[in-house]
Amino acid sequence: MTNDLVVPAIVAVTLATLGIGFYGLRLARTTSDFLVASRVVSPTWNAAAIGGEYLSAASFLGVAGLILKYGVDVLWYPVGFAAGYLALLLFVAAPLRRSGAFTLPDFCELRLGSRRLRTLATVFVIFIGWLYLVPQLQGAGLTLATLAGSPYPVGALVVAVVVTANVALGGMRAVTFVQAFQYWLKLTALAVPAIFLALQWQADGRPAVTPPDGPTFRTATTVVVEHRAVLTLPDGQSRLVNPGDELTFAAGEPVPEVSGAATSTTDWLLPSTAGSDDRGLFATYSLILATFLGTMGLPHVLVRFYTNPDGAAARRTTLVVLALVGVFYLLPTIYGVLGRIYTPQLLVSGQTDAVVVLLPEAALGAGTTGRLLAALVAAGAFAAFLSTSSGLLTSVAGVISTDVLGRGSVRGFRLATVIAGGVPLILALNVSGLDVSQVVGLAFAVAASSFCPLLVLGIWWRGLTDAGAAAGILVGGGAAVSAVLITVLGPPLSGWPATLTAQPAAWTVPLAFTVMVAVSLATRGRTPADTGRTMLRLHAPDSLRL
Amino acid sequence: MLAEVSGRRHRAGGARTELTQQTRVGETLIRGLVRAQLALALQLSAVVLVGLGGLPWLFAIAPSVGRMTVLGVNLPWLLLAVLSFPFLVAVGWTYVRLAERNEQDFTDLVQRPER
Repeated sequence: MTNDLVVPAIVAVTLATLGIGFYGLRLARTTSDFLVASRVVSPTWNAAAIGGEYLSAASFLGVAGLILKYGVDVLWYPVGFAAGYLALLLFVAAPLRRSGAFTLPDFCELRLGSRRLRTLATVFVIFIGWLYLVPQLQGAGLTLATLAGSPYPVGALVVAVVVTANVALGGMRAVTFVQAFQYWLKLTALAVPAIFLALQWQADGRPAVTPPDGPTFRTATTVVVEHRAVLTLPDGQSRLVNPGDELTFAAGEPVPEVSGAATSTTDWLLPSTAGSDDRGLFATYSLILATFLGTMGLPHVLVRFYTNPDGAAARRTTLVVLALVGVFYLLPTIYGVLGRIYTPQLLVSGQTDAVVVLLPEAALGAGTTGRLLAALVAAGAFAAFLSTSSGLLTSVAGVISTDVLGRGSVRGFRLATVIAGGVPLILALNVSGLDVSQVVGLAFAVAASSFCPLLVLGIWWRGLTDAGAAAGILVGGGAAVSAVLITVLGPPLSGWPATLTAQPAAWTVPLAFTVMVAVSLATRGRTPADTGRTMLRLHAPDSLRL
Repeated sequence: MLAEVSGRRHRAGGARTELTQQTRVGETLIRGLVRAQLALALQLSAVVLVGLGGLPWLFAIAPSVGRMTVLGVNLPWLLLAVLSFPFLVAVGWTYVRLAERNEQDFTDLVQRPER
C-alpha cells in the first residue's frame, strides 16, 4: 500500500528548500554574509528559524512513536526538549551573544584563552553533530521506505545530498530563510491532520484509548515483524518472533503484549511508582537532566545566537522560540495516543517511529483525504530532516573549516561541508538498527555533560580555569560518550547497568560539574588575567556600549 | 572601535570609567549585577525544579495522584502534555522582564550624573 501523493509532496518540499536557498544565495556575497547572515535577520524570522532547525526527526516522528510505545513516562521528552530553551534563556542566551563567540570552540578561546581547550571542544562539537545527524538521515530512509516503498538508502541519500549542496552553496543566510519556512511547514503538517484525526475519532464514536481489556485491532491486519521480540498472546502463551515473520490478526482480536513496550494499560497510562520501579524513576530524572541542560550545548543551537544584534535581543528571541516550540510539542501526543486505537500493529512490528506518517491513512482510510493528509505529514517529516540536518551541518562544517582546515574562506567552508555531510551519510547507510529518539537523547546527554558545565561556569564563575574546563569535559563528556558507545555498539545489558548507560545524564552531569569546579580550584593560578574584562563584556547591559 | 570607546571614556567619566578601567569600584558594580542576574536565574530554576521536577517524585510516592482524572484525562497526561508548556513560557516571560529590569537599574546607576 503505497501512496502516490507522497513522492510529489517530498519533491515539492525539497524544491522549495532549494529555491529559497538559491534566493538566499543571490543575497549572500561576502564571507560574513555567508557565515552569520550579517546579523540583519529580524527576531521573528530568527526565532522561527531556530525553532525550525531544532524540531528534528526525533521531535516530528520519534516523540509520537515513543508515546505510542511507552506512554506517560516519555512525555518528559517533549517537555524536556522545550524546557531546554528555558535553561538556555536563564543561564546562557544574553551573555553568550555579548561574548561574540560564534561557535563553542570560539567561546573556549575567548573566555579561557586556551588553544588546547579549543581543540578539545572542536572534537566534541563534531562528535555531537555527527551523533545527531545519523538519526536524521535514518529517519528519512525509514519514512520514504514506509510510505513510498523505496529502498532504505534512498531517503538518507536524498536528504544528505540536498542539505550538503544547500549549505555549501547558500551558507547561513539561505539557511535562515529555509529554516523559518520549515518551522511553519512542520507545524502545519502536524496540526492539520491532527484536527482531521480528532474529528474522525469523534465520528467513530470516541473509541476508548485504554479499553479495559487492552488494545485491540479494529480491522483485520497483517503485521510484518521488524524487530525481534517476545509476544505474549491473550491465552498466556508466549512466542518469539523474528524480523520478517508475518502475523495475521482478525478484526476485534486483542493486541498481544510485546516485550519492551508498555502494552498493558496500567504501564502505559500511569507513571512509574516508587519501590516497584526505581530504575524507571532514575531514567526519568536522567532524561529530564539531559534534555533540560543538553539543549544549550548543541552546536547548531548556539550558532543561531550570533545572528541576534545584541544580548537583549537574544533573550527575547529565545522566549519566542520557547513559545513556538511549546506549541509544536502539543501535537505529537495526539498522534501517539490515537495510534493506540488506529495503528496497534506498530507495537507488534516494532516500527513505532512510523506512527505519525501511517496514522492519517489508518484512521481516515485510503481515500483522497487520507492520502492528502499522509502526503502533508510526509512533507513535514522531510522538512524536519532537511532543516535539522542543515543546521547541524552548518555548525559542524563551520568548526571543521576554521579549526581543522584552518581556512576562513568560502571555499574552505564548502570543502568542510562536504566532509561534514559525507561521514554521517556513510554511518547512516551502514547502521540501520538504531532507534531515532534514543540516539538523539544520547546526543543531549553528551552535550549536557560537556558543554553545559563549560557554558554555565564560564559565564557565571570567575574561578574557572582552562585546566578545570578541560578536565570536566574529558571526564564528564568522556563518561557520557562511553555510555553512548556501549549502548549503541556494545552487548545488550539488563538491570542497573542498562539504565546507567542508556540514560547516563543523572550521573555524568554532576560528575562533569564537580570535576570542573574541583580542578579549577586546584589550579587557581591559571585563571586568565583578563577575566574581569571578559565578565564585564558578558554581563554589562548592551545599552551602555562600553 | 577602540578609538571610539576611549574617546567616549574621556567625555563620559564617572562610573563608566570605573567600569572600563576596572577599578575596584567598577569591579564591585559589575559583580553586583552578575550576582543579581545569577540569583534571578537560580530562583526561577528553583520554581521549575519544584513545579516540574517534583512531579515524577510526587507520582512515585503518591500513586493516587497519578490516577486522578480531570475532564476524563489522567492528571499526569494533562500536566505534562498540555500545561507544562504554558508554564515554561510564563517562567521565561517573567525572567526576561526581571532581567531587563536589573539591567535598567544598573544602567541608571552607571549613568547617574556625578555630583
